[in-house]
Amino acid sequence: MDAAKFMSLMISMVFINNFILSKFLGLCSFIGVSKETRPAVSMGLAVTFVTTLSSLITWLIYRYLLIPFNITYMRTISFILVIASFVQLVEMVIRKTSPGLYRAFGIYLPLITVNCAVLGVAVLNSEAFFVDGRPVPGSFWMSLAQGFFAGAGYLLAMLLMSGIRERLELQDAPKSLQGVPLAFIVASLMSLAFMGFSGFKF
Amino acid sequence: MKRLIKEFTKGIAIENPTFGLVLGLCPTLAVSTSVVNALGMGAAATFVLLGSNIIISAVRKVIPDQIRIPCYIVIIATFVTIVELIMKAFLPVLNAALGIFVPLIVVNCIVLGRAEAFASKNNIVHSIADALGMGLGFTLALCIIASIREILGAGKFLGFSLIPGFEPAIMLILAPGALLTMGLLIGLVNYWHLRKKSGKPEGSGLASDSQSHKPEGGGLPSDRQSQKEIRRAGCNGCG
Amino acid sequence: MQGKLEVGFAPHIHTRESVAKVMWQVFFSLIPAGIAGVYIFGLPALRVILISVFSCVITEALIQKLRHKKITLGDGSAALTGLLLAYNLSPSVPFWIPLAGGLFAIAICKQAFGGLGANIFNPALAARAFLLASWPKQMTDFVRPFTLDAISSATPLAMLKEGKVAALSDMGLSYWDLFLGRRSGCLGEVCILALALGVVYLLWKGYIWPQTPAGFIVTLGALSWVFGAKGYFQGDFLFSILSGGVILGAFFMATDYVTTPLTKKGQLVFGAGCGALAFVIRGFGGYPEGVSYSILIMNAVVPLIDRYVRPRRYGAK
Repeated sequence: MDAAKFMSLMISMVFINNFILSKFLGLCSFIGVSKETRPAVSMGLAVTFVTTLSSLITWLIYRYLLIPFNITYMRTISFILVIASFVQLVEMVIRKTSPGLYRAFGIYLPLITVNCAVLGVAVLNSEAFFVDGRPVPGSFWMSLAQGFFAGAGYLLAMLLMSGIRERLELQDAPKSLQGVPLAFIVASLMSLAFMGFSGFKF
Repeated sequence: MKRLIKEFTKGIAIENPTFGLVLGLCPTLAVSTSVVNALGMGAAATFVLLGSNIIISAVRKVIPDQIRIPCYIVIIATFVTIVELIMKAFLPVLNAALGIFVPLIVVNCIVLGRAEAFASKNNIVHSIADALGMGLGFTLALCIIASIREILGAGKFLGFSLIPGFEPAIMLILAPGALLTMGLLIGLVNYWHLRKKSGKPEGSGLASDSQSHKPEGGGLPSDRQSQKEIRRAGCNGCG
Repeated sequence: MQGKLEVGFAPHIHTRESVAKVMWQVFFSLIPAGIAGVYIFGLPALRVILISVFSCVITEALIQKLRHKKITLGDGSAALTGLLLAYNLSPSVPFWIPLAGGLFAIAICKQAFGGLGANIFNPALAARAFLLASWPKQMTDFVRPFTLDAISSATPLAMLKEGKVAALSDMGLSYWDLFLGRRSGCLGEVCILALALGVVYLLWKGYIWPQTPAGFIVTLGALSWVFGAKGYFQGDFLFSILSGGVILGAFFMATDYVTTPLTKKGQLVFGAGCGALAFVIRGFGGYPEGVSYSILIMNAVVPLIDRYVRPRRYGAK
């Protein structure tokens, strides 16, 4: 996998096809958690970790289990079970090894299971990097990279949004727009700004 | 019977999954580019909702409490797979249009939310009513958003061109347009609620603040409590 | 909370009068560019300017009336937004473009957030991005300068992007042409001379500070010089500064008090970020010009800049 392709993938996943601002994956948690910077960044990091590693595991399952046994229709079930178990595992490990971190994450960790971004990128990998049941060249690393950069894009959006929302708290917006509606409008303008990256070519 | 009707209608208006509970945002924005897609997604989601609500309600007394969420997920995932296969076989165009959001129905907060909040605590008949109501409410919300975006953004409705010579604002079909439409619609809903608020002490279904969340108007007390639990269990960000 | 106290991160301007004074000063300093635009592109440019300003002003008045707030048209901010929006448009756009743009700029980008001082994104630029996304065909239709018939012509940057030309000399233009505005482009961005008059006035009076424009121009120019052409240090520094909307953007949009950082150091960072992004979008992105998007993207980063680029407080966390 050469550098240009890698760069293109990064720019694509983080900016052009940003999971939140462009593909709307992970929107639920985005609107809910982006009110303050610290939980927003923690969430972003946690999601990135989960998307990367679950991209890895689901790739292996798709490649060595589902395709050989011709049961690719089990993709949804197996992927979500993998993700749910993995998040559970991560939760247990963090609780044992770093209770401080566990407390910091709070309830955000288990809710990553239902974050559309995680399952979304796993499904996207299986569709983008497999053709007719065969992995394309570099499929494994591209899937891993796509998973990582999807999370990175999510983190970026969370970071920017939380900074903005913290500032909006102090302003005098119309009552009916305060909170969620304004968050959507901000996201809309951010999405508009990110359109500047469209058509990127290296 | 009266209760059945109540369970059915609450999903359409008061506890509308999109505008009232603010759940299932991801597919709502992505799929509402045209009314046809909206109807397709709504139908698929309703099917899954129906199936999962029935099964979960049927086995609710048997599933151990600690592993109930993974069990629900497996049940829901099964129905999603069924929908996926049906669509791939008989509705390939719609399947391509909806893309990854068909498998993503499994993490649609509405489905898991209703399983946890309602189906696991009520009998099958009521669960059916709940599923149909929520599904219909979801579909309705999707269609409203899709209508706005399709008419203003593509100058069409259900694929038919409207006023000739009208230059549609393409942005509405794109991502920023979806977010803007959603923001303004929720703002509108909030505005109506605020106007009615002069009578009620608690804001009903105000989709304004997930942190200082007020209980939704209508529905059983167990629903409200379960909403809180669902937020703890997994869907905090959703509403 | 109807008093004069404004609590928040925005600069603490306590009276309406001083806000108004600054706004109108900036407005008047932009008038030479408008006159130049009308001179270069004819009456259509005047039409765009008038509709844009009208649309912004009327929208603000209507919304403030509906919200039962005092109508603050006198502070000139709506009129200024209208003027800036017009300057970012091609003179040949149909009438409903500045109309829709003005509505979007004031209603969505400004009033929805709470009015003056509350917005995060520059309303004129956000409106331009909205218009470009919604009606790309009309928004990228530029005309040749100094002709009465509207003859379509590509802007210098667009020609570069399409790969039809390699440098300024291939376009039949000189730096002097660029400086005077003898090229196609947005009606308020082409005449650098006219813009410079306004810039000098504002800098002299202290209504804008040089940090942001300096960061912007130096970064963009340096990057264009070093990486802008085949081989290093072969790029055209002057061309990169004089083309597109750099002067208009760096001095009049990126210096907007509300949407830019508070500290001087922050403004330098902001300006540099804009310059870098503009270079990257121009070089690798799909659009020929990256100034508007670069400013909008950096607008989103401003709250973070304000948070982390601060004079250190002793004893604080």
